[in-house]
Amino acid sequence: MTSDNQSNEIAPLTDPGIPAHLHRKSDLDPKAAKKAERQVGILFIISALGTILFIYSYTFMSEKIFIFLPVLGNSNAKQLFLGLGMAISLFFIGMGAVHWAKTLMPDNEVVAQRHELRSEEVDREDFVKTVKEGAAAAGLGRRSIIKRTLGVALGLSGLTPLLLLRDLGPLPKDDFSKTSWEAGTRLVTDPGDRPIKPSDLEIGAVAQVLPELPAGKERKLEDIGKDAVLLIRIRPAEFQLDAERLSWTHEGIIAFSKICSHMGCAVALYEQTTKHLLCPCHQSTYDVTRAAKVIFGPSARPLPQLALALDAEGYLVAKQPFTEPVGPSFWERDSS
Amino acid sequence: MNFISRYRRSKFFGPALLAAALFVLGTSYSVASATTFKAVTPSNDKTTLIAEGKEIFARGCSSCHGLNLEGGAIAPSLIGVGAASVDFQVGTGRMPMADMSVQAARKDPIYNEAETAALAAYVASLAPGPAAIRNEDLAWERSGDAAEGGQLFRSNCSMCHNFAGQGGALSQGKYAPSLMGVEAKHIYEALITGPQSMPVFSDKIITPAEKLSIIKWIKAAESEPNLGGASLGRTGPVTEGLLSWSLGIMALIGVAVWITAKAK
Repeated sequence: MTSDNQSNEIAPLTDPGIPAHLHRKSDLDPKAAKKAERQVGILFIISALGTILFIYSYTFMSEKIFIFLPVLGNSNAKQLFLGLGMAISLFFIGMGAVHWAKTLMPDNEVVAQRHELRSEEVDREDFVKTVKEGAAAAGLGRRSIIKRTLGVALGLSGLTPLLLLRDLGPLPKDDFSKTSWEAGTRLVTDPGDRPIKPSDLEIGAVAQVLPELPAGKERKLEDIGKDAVLLIRIRPAEFQLDAERLSWTHEGIIAFSKICSHMGCAVALYEQTTKHLLCPCHQSTYDVTRAAKVIFGPSARPLPQLALALDAEGYLVAKQPFTEPVGPSFWERDSS
Repeated sequence: MNFISRYRRSKFFGPALLAAALFVLGTSYSVASATTFKAVTPSNDKTTLIAEGKEIFARGCSSCHGLNLEGGAIAPSLIGVGAASVDFQVGTGRMPMADMSVQAARKDPIYNEAETAALAAYVASLAPGPAAIRNEDLAWERSGDAAEGGQLFRSNCSMCHNFAGQGGALSQGKYAPSLMGVEAKHIYEALITGPQSMPVFSDKIITPAEKLSIIKWIKAAESEPNLGGASLGRTGPVTEGLLSWSLGIMALIGVAVWITAKAK
């Protein structure tokens, strides 16, 4: 490098043009073209055989045959050949078509010039003139009744989709904040719907519970999604709760909403040894002994605790409804 | 050692040496760990059974659980755990533990059935607890209802043990084990005793009849054939999707390369 050659300027690239067209074997040699044609034909026939395999296994093959495949192990023959047949039938149509295009269809490079997309000035003026003449002939400017009523009709018709969208479902109202738990609602097993006495639970025991249904009512899935509660019994001495929360427990039995306050999964992985409740979706971990305090994971709030009491017959009931909305945050939720 | 010096510059030499070293390390470890002395031939008489159980306990268990079952720094007290707990822990090979990891793993039992029965009789003789269950007493095939069992399994068991009973992870290295290939009595005993991290499922919460239904459902899941051959762990769409995505994307790349290559 000499000192006078240190500028950053590069000599401009010259357009190399289109490289010379290389002919394929099938373009030059009729024998090669014939061979390519046969290859395409074979690919299409393989596809047809695949379809026949599909039809055969769908219609005639027994579901009970299992055949051994290396790596995969024993596979169901019917399912295997259904899949293979369909895969072969679709894949080889495509493969044949691509091979056809690559070997036999014309492959000459073609230059297509790009022009401006704007219409000619004359055509544009012509269009404006036509529209104006049409409008004048229709008399929109003069006949104001038509103009106004048309405006009303068009405007109102726009309301139809709005109305339909609005009616896709009822508004949630306070459904997010309320559950079926009321003061005095019995806790019943899920499934089984049997009421629970404190003596039914040993120390270390858990029970998946739901609120008892009033006679004649069916349990709805959307209610289970909010009402599900986990009942846990530990040694009362292990609780580290304030006086109010402690009064919500009964002889070591404590109840929490099973709906994770992060994203609403069912939190029910209870570790008896550590007294931790774990959510399987995002590993939020709650400490049962400290009123489901979040000790790990993305959750922002403890699980709502359900206050427990006994009814006259000695069954566990809710002392009061949940004092806060269960489950994940939503727009109107008071997050305090 | 001539062949080693001949191949040692090969690019496969490093990985092969690593694999060999890992193999030697792994196998020698399994030889060194968990070899327990066994000799006892317990009889049927209850008093002798308890006496023999006491002897096995003193030799095999007391170093951690204490001479009087009182427990210690590394092991819980066994007072009141009952014969069911002993039968589960020893019968599934979880106890004695092979090493001090966070959780005792299922393995081939160290003690045979008679020795396990003696141990269970001894532990139960000191404080009452749930009695051991015999497989013949569980008429799950006759009285169980697989559909009801499935419903119970999904609401009570599936969050830890996976919806197909394949097991799953808990916190800090603990895990819920797979339920495949577990004896009916051990499933039942686990439900009533709550071993390790597992909570207890009392008879009033899940009735004995419902427990049989759960066992029937687990056995049905166990005998379910894998229509696609490989089970991929039966963990659902994650493994299936990952596998088909990685194989599929490779196939698509191959096809794309072939389509864009110019024919000769």
